[in-house]
Amino acid sequence: MEQLLQQLINGISLGSIYALIALGYTMVYGIINLINFAHGDIYMIGAYVGFALTTFLGLGFFPSLLISMLVCSILGMIIEKVAYKPIRNSTRIAALITAISVSLFLEYTMVYFVKPDTRTFPEVLQSKILTLFNGKIIIDLKNIYIILITILLMAGLQYVVHKTKVGKAMRAVSLDKNAAELMGVDVNKTISYTFAIGSSLAGAAGVLVGVYYNTINPLMGVVPGLKAFVAAVLGGIGIIPGAVFGGFFLGMTETLVSAYGGSVFKDAVAFSILIIVLLIKPNGLLGKTIKEKV
Amino acid sequence: MLELSNINVYYGGVHALKNISLKIKEGEIVTLIGANGAGKSTTLKAISGMEKLRSGEIKFNGEDINSLNVPSIVKLGISHVPEGRRIFSKMSVMENLEMGAYIRDHKEDIKKDFENIFSLFPRLFERKSQMAGTLSGGEQQMLAIGRALMSRPKLILLDEPSMGLAPIIVKEIFSIIKDINKSGTTVLLVEQNANMALNVADRAYIIRNGEIEMEGNSKKILVDERLKKAYLEG
Repeated sequence: MEQLLQQLINGISLGSIYALIALGYTMVYGIINLINFAHGDIYMIGAYVGFALTTFLGLGFFPSLLISMLVCSILGMIIEKVAYKPIRNSTRIAALITAISVSLFLEYTMVYFVKPDTRTFPEVLQSKILTLFNGKIIIDLKNIYIILITILLMAGLQYVVHKTKVGKAMRAVSLDKNAAELMGVDVNKTISYTFAIGSSLAGAAGVLVGVYYNTINPLMGVVPGLKAFVAAVLGGIGIIPGAVFGGFFLGMTETLVSAYGGSVFKDAVAFSILIIVLLIKPNGLLGKTIKEKV
Repeated sequence: MLELSNINVYYGGVHALKNISLKIKEGEIVTLIGANGAGKSTTLKAISGMEKLRSGEIKFNGEDINSLNVPSIVKLGISHVPEGRRIFSKMSVMENLEMGAYIRDHKEDIKKDFENIFSLFPRLFERKSQMAGTLSGGEQQMLAIGRALMSRPKLILLDEPSMGLAPIIVKEIFSIIKDINKSGTTVLLVEQNANMALNVADRAYIIRNGEIEMEGNSKKILVDERLKKAYLEG
């Protein structure tokens, strides 16, 4: 029982990271139907920005987190302008290939400039161990930070998407671009904001991972990027709560599988679940096929 | 108020609009009628900036608008209710109306306009927190019109508001179109239901194969047996 609880806490922390990355995937897909495979690399760059700020400038955790989010949002907007906007009306396969190219470009540009070595993230958050149930459950304060920051960011996103003008414009564009334009919405700007918000969440995830696991490298975005993509599809791509749900679901499944002796198979389990879910519910777990009246 | 002079629009290789010229005076209801594929919707799209012109000129209150993009044209006061309504199905009725007011900033004014829309369409008020996709066809059309009015347009372009609706609802919609016009909005109405359209309109243009075939007082067209045979019953 204690072990299960312990693993659930670890699972929620890992799930938070997946969920933050998955949100960006799902938002971008929702608005321009593009699987932005470079998204995992934005998360990696977020980690490096956090690393540089804490190591070389000696900034604390929160300022580094915020600046890293800002840098990633600008990077996301630039990637959209330079790589995706020119091919917005071309075939899906062209868009997919472009996304993969951007991903490789970011990875190996970073390899060139920061070397492929693994770097150690400085201890910006004091590790403080809390014990519960007479020491049977150990919680690192870092877990709590990760979970709280994730919840805060998600609440913020929820507010932006549902209560602000920009958020409503984002939803309108994702539902019907032409109709949104007829309302006076600048579609290009709205798509740009969507990339900015999604990328800033990936940047935050990057810093959180650096703090949590202490090590970063230029290819660190590949596997979590894929996993977050799985999470987004699991929950139903294009659906914001689906990405959150998928992220947590995947994080918990992975930790539980590892905890009970299957760590070698954890990725296999993650992808098997994806395959099974897609066989049963092709629109993802929270995806609905709403019949609309005409 | 609005003046199209010799506009030409191509769809790929197809010459969709051929030298269309058309004039709308402030306060009028003008209808553009014709068969399916004659170029009615394309004319509206050209006005709202959704289709680019090959040649010709569109002037709105004296200002050249052919090179403007869609949002800037909305800001000048032209609101387009597209064919098929195109409401935001997964947003609530209220949010759809808020999107209609996207270009406006003054919160108090917008609030007042919500009330106006709800008094024009009481059924929308009953359903204001419902997802727009769950409304009936007639309610969706009302929402599409209400949403377009939320930008406080000087000119509203209506594309086939009667499409797919029961006759009784069509009547209701047309009487609302008259009300909208009475409260000061100029209307350009595209319709396949020519009888209904001619009944509410002041003037009419008949379009055929991308060309304006005739123009005139709609009541006269309505009683002209020859025209009726040629355009309205075929």
